[in-house]
Amino acid sequence: MSSDLTRFTAAELAAKIQAGDGEVHAFLHVAAEKAREVARGVDADVAAGREPASPLAGVPLALKDVVTTEGIPTTAGSRMLEHWVPPYDATVTARLYQAGIPILGKTNMDEFAMGSSTENSAYGPTHNPWALDRIPGGSGGGSAAALAAFQAPLAIGTDTGGSIRQPGSVTGTVGVKPTYGGVSRYGLVAFSSSLDQAGPCARTVLDAALLHEVIAGHDRMDSTSIDAPVPPVVEAARQGLSGDLSGVRVGIVREFSGEGYETGVTASFEAAVKQLTVLGAEVVEVSCPHFGYALPAYYLIAPSECSSNLARFDAMRYGLRVQLPGAGAEEVMSATREAGFGAEVKRRIMIGTYALSSGYYDAYYGQAQKVRTLIKRDFDAAFAGVDVLVSPTTPTTAFKIGERVGNPMSMYLADLCTVPASLAGVPAMSVPSGLSADDGLPVGLQIMAPALQDHRMYRVAAAYESARDAADGGPLINRIPELEAVKA
Amino acid sequence: MSLPTPSGGSASEGRAISRGDVAHLAKLARLAVTEDELDLFAGQLDVILQSVATVGEVAADDIPPTSHAVPLTNVFREDVVRPCLTQEQALSGAPAAEDGRFRVPRILGEEQ
Repeated sequence: MSSDLTRFTAAELAAKIQAGDGEVHAFLHVAAEKAREVARGVDADVAAGREPASPLAGVPLALKDVVTTEGIPTTAGSRMLEHWVPPYDATVTARLYQAGIPILGKTNMDEFAMGSSTENSAYGPTHNPWALDRIPGGSGGGSAAALAAFQAPLAIGTDTGGSIRQPGSVTGTVGVKPTYGGVSRYGLVAFSSSLDQAGPCARTVLDAALLHEVIAGHDRMDSTSIDAPVPPVVEAARQGLSGDLSGVRVGIVREFSGEGYETGVTASFEAAVKQLTVLGAEVVEVSCPHFGYALPAYYLIAPSECSSNLARFDAMRYGLRVQLPGAGAEEVMSATREAGFGAEVKRRIMIGTYALSSGYYDAYYGQAQKVRTLIKRDFDAAFAGVDVLVSPTTPTTAFKIGERVGNPMSMYLADLCTVPASLAGVPAMSVPSGLSADDGLPVGLQIMAPALQDHRMYRVAAAYESARDAADGGPLINRIPELEAVKA
Repeated sequence: MSLPTPSGGSASEGRAISRGDVAHLAKLARLAVTEDELDLFAGQLDVILQSVATVGEVAADDIPPTSHAVPLTNVFREDVVRPCLTQEQALSGAPAAEDGRFRVPRILGEEQ
């Protein structure tokens, strides 16, 4: 486990966040009281000689503010839910408590998980701990930044098109999107239901695997939850740490290279591939001809589902209601949605409304669904010959805050490499592959595996991580510049 | 590919989305957008829709659509009473409540 265990107690971390989150702004709420209560329960178990509830009992965690927490505010980064306190826990939340994991607080995110920079939060952006003028990725920028800023050793994110992996990549941390259906969606504020998936974020592959096992598994409260054993991810991560990848076949996705990829990102990726070869993996190039259409298909399917899901914010049952004396329900609804949603959410709702409307459905949503089939087939064909696929997680390192907000399409390009796995429902993760020679910022290696073969990518990631750390003289995260908040 | 021309909108040549189309979409989506937003979104949605329309380049006439990554079947359970939210909990986030019910603005118009 992370050395934080010996350095901070859960209570000390919570107090530290309350005192010094200003520079990074990873958190929207700190739940110190509840975290201490859970930590005290673990202490009592230990004092009484009882078996801890899980290997992670007492290890504190930062929870993305899109996962409901009974009695603790859940805003999803939106004004629409500014004062909402959920009356129930998500399944993920309940499983964290059952494992004795204190939840330090709720982390910042792009509004309703729509974005790649956390700049779409209604509560102000999160800053990348590696360079405070840079974005921490999105939508789960708060969770990734909390890890990189040593505010928490574990975090939970949700990934619809890359919202766990891309923040992991640009903050030098590990982020995992499990197989779709691997982790219950019950209590996740829905964005795009056929794509949304919660997953673990950590500073090491083994920590992520331990957290994966805590939150994964069948849940009768989610009809899309897979009723199958949780893949043996911890065992695979431990196996990987031995550093031997002989017999593992790795495919490089040919389509994810060339124009648009920063030189430093490409160099880091090529070095990572070379490392995998040194570890004994057999590396081949594979072609996935439809991956180039994954981004447009994603940006039709996700907004379509979003336009339907966000219809629930109707100012009637919970959340914001704009007061318009004498006005009818529909007028209040329109005024509330105008006031409660930010620009990106409005854009996606309207794109989705357009793509689903009569006359355009076939050309947009219907065609995107067919492309989704072809992307799945590309994965099936590729996985017939290799065990895992690899690519850069993102084409660039962290860009500057403000650089892309005025140009939605350029923001969407941050998801270029992450959306195919989302559309196909296969597991994918990002593991740090070093710093870019261009700007000294973190680069991520994406590893993808077939559905329910999550353990394959953990094995490869752990082997790669241990070799990279050994070659580099320690974990990448140790090279992060000292922050005032960390020094305090 | 050539973009379909939106109905009800006077789309100028090469544009997928006009200001009038945005106003129509906003109305359908129950968003009381401002005049300034109509200008902003018309330009942005046009760029986005032109870009995502490239899915039309893929020959896929005989390809079945995929709505879900994992094949779904209906999930059944026994019809038994289970613990659920209390009335108080269910109303805890309501903008307004009265007599244990949601209080909402009038639903019918003046003339109805």
